Amino acid sequence: MADEALVAAEEAAGAAGMPQLEFSTFPNQIFWLVVTLIVIYLILSRIALPRIGAVLAERQGTITNDIAAAEDLKRQASDAEEAYNKALADARAEAQEIIAETRAEIQAELAEATAHADAEIAAKVAESEARIGEIRAGAMQSVEEVARDTATALVAALSEGKADAAAVKDAVAERMQGGRQ
Amino acid sequence: MATDSNTSGDTQTAQSGSGRLIAFGLIGVAVVLFILGLMDDYESGLSIHPMDQFIIEPFFGDGPIHWYTVTNSTVWMAAAILAITALMVLGTRGRAVIPSRVQSVAELAYGFVRKMVEDVAGKDALPYFPYIFTLFLFILFANFLGLIPGSFTSTSHIAVTAVMAGAVFLTVTILGFIKNGAGFLSLFWVSSAPLVLRPILAVIELISYFVRPVSHSIRLAGNVMAGHAVLKVFAGFAGALGVGAVAPIIGVIAIYGLEVLVSAIQAYVFTILTCVYLKDALHPHH
Repeated sequence: MADEALVAAEEAAGAAGMPQLEFSTFPNQIFWLVVTLIVIYLILSRIALPRIGAVLAERQGTITNDIAAAEDLKRQASDAEEAYNKALADARAEAQEIIAETRAEIQAELAEATAHADAEIAAKVAESEARIGEIRAGAMQSVEEVARDTATALVAALSEGKADAAAVKDAVAERMQGGRQ
Repeated sequence: MATDSNTSGDTQTAQSGSGRLIAFGLIGVAVVLFILGLMDDYESGLSIHPMDQFIIEPFFGDGPIHWYTVTNSTVWMAAAILAITALMVLGTRGRAVIPSRVQSVAELAYGFVRKMVEDVAGKDALPYFPYIFTLFLFILFANFLGLIPGSFTSTSHIAVTAVMAGAVFLTVTILGFIKNGAGFLSLFWVSSAPLVLRPILAVIELISYFVRPVSHSIRLAGNVMAGHAVLKVFAGFAGALGVGAVAPIIGVIAIYGLEVLVSAIQAYVFTILTCVYLKDALHPHH
């Protein structure tokens, strides 16, 4: 009874045009579906997925490496710039130092030269003063001698006799003394 | 040297030009075959049999259908295997870091489903990605191959979709109990609801849980079957009207475009629902 009803329903479904409800084809469809899914799964999991995964990982790695390399190069460039700036600053400081040193040296040399010249000048002045003193003393003596000679000659001419040499000398000395005072 | 590169460039352009020509020619032939194939049975008058296209028959010869018989359904399942192999294995054989066109399509499919699994079901669902990807590719290719005029659409049969949906349902349920033990039952016990409502909600949740495989399978088979049947009905009108059948042919073309969309969307929907069910199994707590 139930079987008959089922068959009738099946036939009715088939007649009404629903091949989807043709239960006699179900084992066939299910069997081949399972085979198909297993085959696809094996192809994917054995070959395709590892391969695509590896390719994607490799690409990711390449990109990461490239970015790291770029980062590295950038860092190198900034390092180089820093080193350049440092070298520039060093050179500037060194130049400054050399300038200061040279200036100090020149200053010292100049001071020394000045001192030397001052000393020389002082020595020369002293020497000159000594000679002037000498010359002055010599001149005084000569004046006295000339005065004495002149006085002796005058005395001799005036008194027509021999002049007392000692007396003339004293008189001249006295006069000179007085004159000097 | 310059001449050399010039010539090779010219050949390449010519090749891609002729390739394009061949592609357009193939599309044209397909359209003509499609319309002829849809119309040939209906010259005699308005006797439209939209469901005849779903009849399963032996591919070689005639006779009863045993469980091992190679049928039209079997052949188009095999075609799906070949197409999937062509895309996922042959297409990626270059293993190029800068991919070819076919390889980037394969990678796109891979990335699309993998991201879907990860986003919807979480990182711990990734071990199940190959199974979900298998389902996605099979449904997608069976749907698309079924749109070739004169072909057979395996996914239009409830037996096929029910087995897949049932397998997902069983796997997810068993997995839920293995991973969470009795804690999996908290899926039905909505702890955020008031205590009085919880038993009622549990009944509703339980019913909806067991309805899942039904809707999961009928959604796919129903969509595919309905689209193909509508195509056939319009083509029947075209056959009945004869040469003046402009409107039905425009209708057929428009619905065909819609069916291409539906093929992809239904594969996507089936896959994302699988991911959602998997998420429930791995993280049953609301």
